[in-house]
Amino acid sequence: MHIAEGYLPPEQAAAWFVVSAPFVVHGSRALVRQVRADPDSKLLLGAAGAFTFALSALKIPSVTGSSSHPTGTGLGAVLFRPPVMSVLGGIVLLFQALLLAHGGLSTLGANIFSMAIVGPWVAYGSYTVVRRAGGGLGPAVFAAAALGSLATYGVTVAQLALAFPDPVSGVGGALAKFGGIFAVTQIPLAISEGLLTVLVVRLLSRTSGDDLRRLGLLRPAAEVRA
Amino acid sequence: MRRFSWVNLLLLLAVLLLAVVPLALGLGSGEEPFSGADAVAEQAIVDDHPDYQPWFSPIYEPPSAELESAFFALQAALGAGLLGYYFGVARTRQRQRDAVDRQRG
Repeated sequence: MHIAEGYLPPEQAAAWFVVSAPFVVHGSRALVRQVRADPDSKLLLGAAGAFTFALSALKIPSVTGSSSHPTGTGLGAVLFRPPVMSVLGGIVLLFQALLLAHGGLSTLGANIFSMAIVGPWVAYGSYTVVRRAGGGLGPAVFAAAALGSLATYGVTVAQLALAFPDPVSGVGGALAKFGGIFAVTQIPLAISEGLLTVLVVRLLSRTSGDDLRRLGLLRPAAEVRA
Repeated sequence: MRRFSWVNLLLLLAVLLLAVVPLALGLGSGEEPFSGADAVAEQAIVDDHPDYQPWFSPIYEPPSAELESAFFALQAALGAGLLGYYFGVARTRQRQRDAVDRQRG
């Protein structure tokens, strides 16, 4: 989902910065508030950041014959709400833009919007919907991580289609073209990401039940298993 | 092994399977099988919009593919290391809490 350095026209690159900036500013405040209000959750917050950091470095082969990577933002979005992830995801993208020439500074606004804003919000929304419908913690976390990952790539497809409409078939044709590159590739990866996130939450329910109860993932002293 | 561990193991195996099956079936295509989707998209842009000039280039670029993968490995290792540290700390704390609870009866 990384749009390469310089691969968005300057006006569009700037527009994505304008769109993303308020989310990141709001997210930084939310992060500070979270740490102040609940200092005990600091280590878990670091773990959620570490999860995105590790997962977004893993290129995994997919059925389409190309490879892509998970985003890992679903876990933090479910634990700490999406605003916090706009900062943590942004840090990951900045690291990759500066050291790996993966993504870029000029496209950072666009990449933050897909991976650190839309992905986490879709993840959190999916989690909430499944829980409200009476689904268990495991299925809700799976839906959150998998759909958040797919949504991230969906946004990248739309961003590229807007920037590079097909010479013949226009934006619609470009949506199909970039969709073919990213969307199908991402489906098995989204499933992997969902399963991995469920695994981490299961382990957390064993080691960090108090944190999960405080964060509202587990009901007080009732649900123990994911 | 108890049910908890079995399910965790199955989750891991499923993830592994999803990654290995495309490789084992040799689904890779083109000049460089299993190249990154990001690079494929970049190539599609270059092919369809030959006059587009990237107007900004990376400030720093890893000098070779080996060093690039070294950076990716570093990123994964840092993330996994911190996650492992977290679980070590959390598990120890949980055990201490359990021990205190048992003493109190």
